[in-house]
Amino acid sequence: MPLYRISQWALIAPALVLVIALFMMPIAWFVGASLAELGSIDAIWSEAKSVLGSRAILGAIWTTNVIALVVTISALIIGYPLSYALSRAKGLAFSLILICIVVPYFTSVVVRTYAWMVILGRNGIVNQVLLSTGLINEPLNLMYNRLGVVIGMTYVLLPYMVLTLFGAMKAVDSRLLQAAEGMGARPLTIFAKVFLPLTLHGVMAGSLIVFILAIGFFITPALMGGTGDIMMATLIEREIEVSQNWPVAALMTIALLAITLTLYALYGRFADRSGERFV
Amino acid sequence: MMAGNSLRSWILQALVVLLCGGMLAPIAVVVVASFSGGGYLKFPPESLSLQWYFRFLGDARWLASLWNSFVIALMACVFSTAVGFLAAYAIARGAFAFRNAVVALLLMPLIVPHIVTAVAMYFLSARFGLVGFKPWIALAHSVVALPVVLIILQSTLKTIDPNLERAAMISGCSRAGVLRHVVLPLAMPGLISALLFSFLTSFDELLISLFLAGIRAETLPVRIWNSLLLEVEPTIAAVSSLLIAMTIVALVIEWTIRKMRSNELSTSH
Amino acid sequence: MKPSTPPSVELSALRKSYGRETVVKDISLTIPQGEFFSLLGPSGSGKTTTLSLLAGFIRPDQGRIHINGTDATFAPPRERGLGMVFQNYAIFPHLDVFGNVAFPLTIRKLPKAEIAERVKKALEMVKLTGFESRFARQLSGGQQQRVALARAIVGHPSVVLMDEPLGALDKNLRYHMQVEIKEISRRLGMTVVYVTHDQEEALTMSDRIAIMDRGVIAQMGSPRAIYERPESSFVAKFLGEANLIEARRVNGVLQSATGSQFQTAEDIGDLNDGKLFVRPEKVTLLPSDAPPNVNQLPGEVRRVSFLGNIIRYEVSVVNDQTVLCDAANGSSSSTFSPGDKVLLSWQSADARFLGK
Repeated sequence: MPLYRISQWALIAPALVLVIALFMMPIAWFVGASLAELGSIDAIWSEAKSVLGSRAILGAIWTTNVIALVVTISALIIGYPLSYALSRAKGLAFSLILICIVVPYFTSVVVRTYAWMVILGRNGIVNQVLLSTGLINEPLNLMYNRLGVVIGMTYVLLPYMVLTLFGAMKAVDSRLLQAAEGMGARPLTIFAKVFLPLTLHGVMAGSLIVFILAIGFFITPALMGGTGDIMMATLIEREIEVSQNWPVAALMTIALLAITLTLYALYGRFADRSGERFV
Repeated sequence: MMAGNSLRSWILQALVVLLCGGMLAPIAVVVVASFSGGGYLKFPPESLSLQWYFRFLGDARWLASLWNSFVIALMACVFSTAVGFLAAYAIARGAFAFRNAVVALLLMPLIVPHIVTAVAMYFLSARFGLVGFKPWIALAHSVVALPVVLIILQSTLKTIDPNLERAAMISGCSRAGVLRHVVLPLAMPGLISALLFSFLTSFDELLISLFLAGIRAETLPVRIWNSLLLEVEPTIAAVSSLLIAMTIVALVIEWTIRKMRSNELSTSH
Repeated sequence: MKPSTPPSVELSALRKSYGRETVVKDISLTIPQGEFFSLLGPSGSGKTTTLSLLAGFIRPDQGRIHINGTDATFAPPRERGLGMVFQNYAIFPHLDVFGNVAFPLTIRKLPKAEIAERVKKALEMVKLTGFESRFARQLSGGQQQRVALARAIVGHPSVVLMDEPLGALDKNLRYHMQVEIKEISRRLGMTVVYVTHDQEEALTMSDRIAIMDRGVIAQMGSPRAIYERPESSFVAKFLGEANLIEARRVNGVLQSATGSQFQTAEDIGDLNDGKLFVRPEKVTLLPSDAPPNVNQLPGEVRRVSFLGNIIRYEVSVVNDQTVLCDAANGSSSSTFSPGDKVLLSWQSADARFLGK
């Protein structure tokens, strides 16, 4: 039943006002005003060129993309079997697997990162165990480096991958698989020729959402990263908190937003097909 | 052939158990560590005690941050659920131009890196002296909680038959009456979920609070963050365990309500 | 003499478009007090849209709606004084039977005692006394539809709208409900606007039927008039089985392609090229050596189907057309077999010449 035009806009107005006033406009204003500090368009242009030419910033962009890519691939490798098990499980098994994914998913990111700091730290559980068994003499550096960042971020973002893949896998008609089996196809062939192609759009959607969230990630890299692992989000924060360099922060923001929104548009195309769209 | 099949499924099962264990292990580690009796975190703890909980409860600054988080999350969840309900209803029943664009816009805060949102909000707040003002922080949290509310309520409203609303209108209800007498009662489970998860979203939010809270309104995640940057004090394990417990309680409530509703609908004769 | 009452429903040149598609094209109709009026048509013919306009769920682009003499074109549904029954029942799942039936009265804040009294009467009327505290999920489809009916009549509306109310019920139950709905509507003297795509249902229940086709009323009249005197091929085909034999007028004489001559009681317009309409049950089969006459067509029996009380012959005539003939399965009727050459014959009064 369609609502009349006036009432539907009246209903949606508070939400729109909230998002426009506290989200869209502040971002536009922050970027605009920060760049305006530079004066002219030419000044902005030359600043943009020097920012993009700066080794620190190029390095951060490169690091961000490498880490995001590794995290995405790790999440896919771990998430795919987990999601497959979830999509085929019933009853208690289904509930148990779901709990294992949903409880971390809704737990604070800070808490989840902290958990890995407890595990991977210099006095952490892994090192305590390895030292006590005598396998090593010196504590290993598992944290404050790229390995720590990747482990922490993969853990935090894994539920997004699993839940997106789950939507695509649940939609696969199990009779198709039975038919393939009935025709004598081997399990590996069924997987490669039937199941994987049917869930590929879910793989794309899940990978994109994890990558999108990874490139803008702040908490885990800031807590678990070393000096060589500064990502774009961290850089933006430092430009403001430490250097008070608003124009550079604004330029970085534009770059980050551009990548995010482009990938988001791409994500929409895959996610709409898998039906289960989280974002 | 049979042996191959069962071996394969055995390997898959073992893998799934391992992965599931891996998902829960870090959370379990924090909870266990929070009860440790020693001077610093040791795993497994050599002795058990509640000392870190007592230290948390005895620290005025920790308690103040807990209170701040609670007040802000309460305001944010009520506000975002109210605003989100109206919007979700308009989206579910409306047939207006730019519908997809409006939905995409409202969901955007989930996608845009929180650092960008937080910095932009700080830019705005600093100029109007709103840093540290709790209702303002709650409003800012509502922006990121709104997509969560919308996603939950949209799927709830989809299950409500529009003919029920037509029947109510013919029976004498105004638009508001339809909402009050039909849509609200039927959407109640979804509304409670929306309240719970928007509360959690705000309660766990770090980045916006980090920029907007100042000293006056330091929230629990900000307090944890600050202490993590300095030194990993074990009190954090106790605080984290409380946050984990809160998450689990919220999930259990949500699950119970859904179970009750589905029992209600499946009972026949 | 009774004072003249305004018609229950009056639609004047009602029009509704969605985008570039006009789903209701200038519909006008008048329904007097107490009439059982059906809107019959295939899906997409605009009948449900017309009902939604009447109910006030959507607003017309043009035209007026009068209910009991009052202009209700843009009045919200709650001010139109209607009752309505929906195809999927639309029983409120969070209320029990009493709560559902009482809903229109509760909303209007009637005194508790009066609500109880009126709900009791409505439930008696639909034979659901004793079910007050059940919920929809504990009721069968037929019982749910009775609850919907009780809810529609409890407020004593002068007009009740029904949108395919029996569509989801099985055939047996449907017949029972048809009789009951008709009985209740007569007892309460209410006007019913009934939307259906089931022609038999419309024929059985209605005082008057409007047949809709692509947003317009193709024909309106009593069931019998529409069935026997369709004004277009569409109406003839939509309402029951119809033979439509290609025919043309040559020098004022109606004839088939092979020259068989026809006569009709009345012609629609001054067409020269069209179709001759005659119902299968009005056609009789004669042996091919019967004396020739007007209104005859030679053919060959293709198939004979036994339908219980009737026997249906499919007879192929000129140009590969098939003509159906329904013969009563009486003891005296002679039977034909596939392959037999026959003469189809009918009365002029039963035939009409229609446009293409």
